[in-house]
Amino acid sequence: MTPPARPAAGAAALVRGIPVVVPVAFLAVFFGYPVATIVGRGLWPGGQLDLSPLGDVVGDPALRDIAWFTVWQAALSTVLALAVGLPGAFVLARYRFTGRSIIRALIVVPFVLPTIVVASAFLALGVEPSLGAILLAHVFFNYAVVVRVVGGLWAHLDPHQEEAARVLGASRVRAFTGVTLPALRPAILAAASITFLFTFTSFGVILVLGGPTRSTLETEIYRQTAQLLDLRTAAALSILQLVAVVVLLVVAGRFQGRRAVALGLRAVAVTARSARSLSERAFLGANLALMLALLGVPMAVLVARSFATANGPSFGFYRALGELRSGSVLFVPPVDAIVNSLLFATVATAIALVIGGLAAFAVVRHHRGRVLEATLALPLGISAVTVGFGFLIALDEPPLDLRTSWIIVPIAHALIAIPFVVWLVTPVLRSIDPRLREVAAVLGASPRRVWREVDLPIVGRAFAIAAGFAFAISLGEFGATLFIARPDRPTLPVVIYRLLGQPGALNFGAAMAASTILMALTVVAILTAERVRVGDIGTF
Amino acid sequence: MARRVLSILGCAVATCSLASSALMSTLAGTPAGAAPAVSTHDDVTLTLVTHDSFSISKSVLRSFTRETGITVRVLPSGDAGAALNQVILTKDAPLGDLFFGVDNTFLSRALDEKVFERYRSPELARVPAVFRLDATHHVTPIDHGDVCINDDNAWFDEHKVAVPRTLDDLTKPAYKGRLVVENPATSSPGLAFLLATVARYGQDGWRAYWERLRANDVKVVSGWEQAYNGEFSAGEGAGDRPLVVSYASSPAAAVYYSDPRPKDSPIGTVLDTCFRQIEFVGVLRGTEHPRAARRLVDFMLSRRFQEDVPLQMFVFPVRADARLPGVFTRFADVPTDPATLPPSVIGTHREQWIDEWTETVLR
Repeated sequence: MTPPARPAAGAAALVRGIPVVVPVAFLAVFFGYPVATIVGRGLWPGGQLDLSPLGDVVGDPALRDIAWFTVWQAALSTVLALAVGLPGAFVLARYRFTGRSIIRALIVVPFVLPTIVVASAFLALGVEPSLGAILLAHVFFNYAVVVRVVGGLWAHLDPHQEEAARVLGASRVRAFTGVTLPALRPAILAAASITFLFTFTSFGVILVLGGPTRSTLETEIYRQTAQLLDLRTAAALSILQLVAVVVLLVVAGRFQGRRAVALGLRAVAVTARSARSLSERAFLGANLALMLALLGVPMAVLVARSFATANGPSFGFYRALGELRSGSVLFVPPVDAIVNSLLFATVATAIALVIGGLAAFAVVRHHRGRVLEATLALPLGISAVTVGFGFLIALDEPPLDLRTSWIIVPIAHALIAIPFVVWLVTPVLRSIDPRLREVAAVLGASPRRVWREVDLPIVGRAFAIAAGFAFAISLGEFGATLFIARPDRPTLPVVIYRLLGQPGALNFGAAMAASTILMALTVVAILTAERVRVGDIGTF
Repeated sequence: MARRVLSILGCAVATCSLASSALMSTLAGTPAGAAPAVSTHDDVTLTLVTHDSFSISKSVLRSFTRETGITVRVLPSGDAGAALNQVILTKDAPLGDLFFGVDNTFLSRALDEKVFERYRSPELARVPAVFRLDATHHVTPIDHGDVCINDDNAWFDEHKVAVPRTLDDLTKPAYKGRLVVENPATSSPGLAFLLATVARYGQDGWRAYWERLRANDVKVVSGWEQAYNGEFSAGEGAGDRPLVVSYASSPAAAVYYSDPRPKDSPIGTVLDTCFRQIEFVGVLRGTEHPRAARRLVDFMLSRRFQEDVPLQMFVFPVRADARLPGVFTRFADVPTDPATLPPSVIGTHREQWIDEWTETVLR
């Protein structure tokens, strides 16, 4: 990224290659190689390729049912999340009202909460394990994905385009479907893809809220690998998962179309206004009420429980958090758990922004960029067990013996966060009017200067949102780290799981206190990310 | 109640201790491969691979380091099943020097996969024979716990219903819709409870028992946390089922982890429904510090370590002369005759039983 003023041809090619090579190498080492190794163990048992497990899996009606259920519950969850989230995205992108930024931060909180904590809130609210509970939880967890990913672009769309269509006689619906929707399409597809992949590989929600009779490819791979140690079946299921994810990404790519639409983006400050008419206010109110009911109430239950000690409302559980098991070798003072969480999240975010940023650049510049974009999304759709166990058996030799190093945790988190960065940044990058770059170049700006002066200011906000997500993913991530040894540095979710593992009001209360701290940390992190204006196009 | 349990325990401990030490002194002249009594292990750091539920006092591990110069690093690595499978998959390049946390329900898998080196600790002499399940001495028992039905005392008082006493009772109309259990496919206590019913009703009879349980509206959830904190009426989620599959030590934990501590435990244990889980430690094959690792095994059987185990992990020490903390002697019930099955039998049938159970209870 720092070319000399007059690079030689070879060096220039090298520099141009960096945005492709670095992300691909990262993915190959920390995803491709581990997954290939563990799948290889299953399919090359005695040094000979044996594809019979694939046949066995496809031929097994029970596993076919599981695969089918996995796909349709994810599809249904995605549709629901879009249906509920798109109006929310509109409201938060277009209307200015008191408390908007805090609400934007609050809706990300569900994203970091451990499933088991959310499930306990749902159960307390009378939600019984069922298909409905799965869908509800999936909407709860992914609402922020839709609102932030789509809203991030929406906030930059020039409202005058839609207004112009209305002036020219288009109905409100026609103006929306004809003008706004096509402009939003890349962001909607990104949000839909992320939500689908998340719910496709959903683990805790299925186990805890689905009841004992429901399983998905993810829970089945967990069972085959972590419980039964049947690597043959697990490998076959992983391949099935991979095929499904590739098909999805190809389809999503087709929908996205080839044309990059230059959108004429505007500053956020310009596009938002207050809700004026009665119907606008009612629409805003309805959406806020929905957010409150869907997201606010379960979160409030957790906060309330963290204060509800036997002696009435008090900070007793917060004190207990610092005292329970304080003599144990694995005890971590709450402050240290917070510091560990922040450290991992910072490193994971940095990795994700660098790798994802480079990749986004490559995706836009190279005509085969879509392939890179889709490839980087694969970790979202592959079982955390497969990746985690793959790490253990693949990364066991120097210089890559990272199995017991703390760095493996943020790397695992970054794998999940990178697609967010790519998907949030590329639509914005792509939509930058190329004439801006041409003008800059004609006026004598170097490519680097064009990037800094033209691209960066516009994608800055997308980066900030992506950074917030990467941070939140890392703060709350437990699935992937569950299958990686975690020495010495427990994070808040680890502390929560440990507390919930034993009976007693203090354990449970302290877990709620830790969850509340995790929520507060998330809100602060997101608000901070929002404040960091990497040259928001508000400067236009 | 508490006093009765105490006397039973004292008796059991005394007899077992006498019997085992007599046995050991006649059989074991010199323990095979025992670490020499005096040796220095300057700068050795051992990695103890284990599961997420492991815990021990800092001060206890520090005393080991003081005595031996060996530092111990604890590496928790998922639940018990996942941790064991990780150890098996990495046996060519082990993650550490020892693995703690394989129990009798998965012991045969660990032994078949040959992940451990043989070591017979001289301290085994203090451990009752009932816990020494591995005659080949690849693993050493460290603690045991009993998976049992727990009951919500207040609920049974309030509803004037007698607490069930046996597995058979659970199928009676009085307890219809009262019991929540964990899925044995995804939960360690769930598996143990399934094994309790196999031990009680035999390989031919347990499915019929579960059919009756199912007809009596047993509820199945995927893990202990949901069962205890979600469905159990005396758990923190204030569910509506007064009977849950948990541990014999849960009444003690419920008292210990309450503020203020109640005089009586809010929950009780149905002692006739228990299955015994025994946890083992083993020296991993391929360790570079076999002698230091053996000393850690010895230390884990020492009174210092063993007496620390109850309040750290809410399980019982295997060492016969280890003293129990007050909250255990008062509130943790110990079944006199818990169900057991030989690890090899469990190893042969585990997956088949889980499949059959799924067929019987969930389909």
